[in-house]
Amino acid sequence: MSGATAATVILNGLTLAALYFVVASGFSLIFGLMRTVNMAHGSLYLVGAYIGYAVFEPLYDRDLWYAWYLAILAGMAAAALFGVLMQTVLLGWMQGQELRQALVTIALSIIVADQLLARFGGTPRQFFAPDALFGSTALPLIGNYPTFRLVQIGVALAVGIGLWLLLNRTRLGLMVRAGVDDRPMLAAMGVNVPLVAVLVFALGAALAGLGGVIGATAQPLAQGVDARFLLTALVVVIVGGMGSIAGTAIGALLVGLAEQIGQALFPTYSVILTFLIMVVVLAIRPQGIMGRAR
Amino acid sequence: MTLARTLLLTGTAGLGILCLVPLALFLALPENQALFWIGNILARALIYGIIALSLTFLATYGGFVSLAQMMVAGIAGYVLAMTVQGAVPVIIGGFGYPMAILMALLASVLAGLAVGAIAVRTNDIYLLMITLALAVGFYRFVESNIDLFNGYEGIRNVLGPDILGRRFRDPMVFYTIASGTALLLYLGVLFLVRTPFGLALQGIRDNPRRISALGYNVVLHRIVAFGIAGFIAGCGGVLATIYNIGISPGSIGLGATINLLIMSVVGGLGHPVGAFVGSLIFAIFDTFAASLYDRDRFNSLIGAVFLVIVLISPDGALGLSRRLGRLLRGKPKPGAPPA
Repeated sequence: MSGATAATVILNGLTLAALYFVVASGFSLIFGLMRTVNMAHGSLYLVGAYIGYAVFEPLYDRDLWYAWYLAILAGMAAAALFGVLMQTVLLGWMQGQELRQALVTIALSIIVADQLLARFGGTPRQFFAPDALFGSTALPLIGNYPTFRLVQIGVALAVGIGLWLLLNRTRLGLMVRAGVDDRPMLAAMGVNVPLVAVLVFALGAALAGLGGVIGATAQPLAQGVDARFLLTALVVVIVGGMGSIAGTAIGALLVGLAEQIGQALFPTYSVILTFLIMVVVLAIRPQGIMGRAR
Repeated sequence: MTLARTLLLTGTAGLGILCLVPLALFLALPENQALFWIGNILARALIYGIIALSLTFLATYGGFVSLAQMMVAGIAGYVLAMTVQGAVPVIIGGFGYPMAILMALLASVLAGLAVGAIAVRTNDIYLLMITLALAVGFYRFVESNIDLFNGYEGIRNVLGPDILGRRFRDPMVFYTIASGTALLLYLGVLFLVRTPFGLALQGIRDNPRRISALGYNVVLHRIVAFGIAGFIAGCGGVLATIYNIGISPGSIGLGATINLLIMSVVGGLGHPVGAFVGSLIFAIFDTFAASLYDRDRFNSLIGAVFLVIVLISPDGALGLSRRLGRLLRGKPKPGAPPA
């Protein structure tokens, strides 16, 4: 492999990792506070992407420049709303019954995928990035590289920094961190923990929705994508460590890079590399790279 | 009641049910409809019941809700399809059915041990996530690999050996073999959980530290339990592959994995018989749902039913019937927390 090809593969890995980080950080956030394994996280990704697309299409047809930006907002809002409904109607009152919550979200993911198929059909769809983010950018060593993929990295950095600030510099973040450590104590201090839980769920779901629109701009949106992103979120947080944003970033980087490098070196066996990473991490640190021992 | 007596009674009862049901169907329905029930509904319920049994066994006695059981069954199916003479396309080929089935079962045991070894230091929800990740990852590997698994298309034409001059896939032959296998495995599970190994396993489920302090090797017990579950799943995988005349990635994908979980949960994770109750409900539902609701929206329907079951009765149909029984007899409900 030449140097330029290798650099391109690594950059591809980084851009993929960026998308994975955005999706998985929401999953990790929800798990961190509520111990809820949201098996419908891939469905939230789909909800965000499809609702975003429903908003995007008519506006794009009229050639409005803000179509895509509005799609981002709509996708995040739709996913957040759906997440809030999930938490308030179904998951909130079975807090602590982790397996039951996982089963409920599995049931939801089946229904959501099927209903989206009924509404939007099986035709693959793809967003067109706005002109400002479209085209290619000349990079040293690599040459021309799609601008949007670089935007993906920017979005992931913004999400990462934003989450760090939120968790470490705000009152809500303080409550979330306290809740991760000791939920009953936080409630005893007079904090409305269920409300915090709903807010965190909304935020995590909105991140899945954001990932949905960004992901469906970079690669086509179709049925089955929810399973792929659920799997990715699972592997990323298993490798990185549950509930840790830094761990999620490390996990996303490892998985994204492994996937791209694997596909370049041994295309039909590349999935194995991802799982090798998972197995090795589990063997050495069952709680994940940045996870705390329970 | 002694173990031998329990097994004898259960075995006789099971054999009776498995013989009487087809008989009743032949008496109640025209011959072609009875054969449809036996070949398409009961046989399917038995096959997937066997695979679900491996999950229920792990969940009930070990406390492990493993989502990798469909994958393990699929590994047995793929090894059979890869090695057996007559399968299309030829991947390895050249083996007769006895040898190919033996290798398939060996592969499923090894796969089960591997899953157990990977997940050995995790519990509960982590175990669920890790096994799901393994299952979906294996599916994606199979789907993208042509050399070994023939990719998306899978491997066809696995017809099974002839049994006493009759085709394996003849409804009555298949039903007999499937029900015999199911009954043996079911009795095997009931036997196993009364052995010292089974008791240690249940002890580990309830309190691993205490069992470890008593000198038992917790890690080894857990891995072996996964190996045994692998064997059970492998038997189901072999039967499913012959039943479906081959195997393709779709039969081990996320949908299939989740369906297996639905069967186990709907039946009830409290007792091994739940696996078969759940798989029978699922098979009947799968066959007749189309006439109840929009044919294309089967998944919405099954998802909704699953959701309702999880919401109202986390311990499935078995728990539901137990609760109904208590209600009818007017006994107070025990304080046991739901699963």
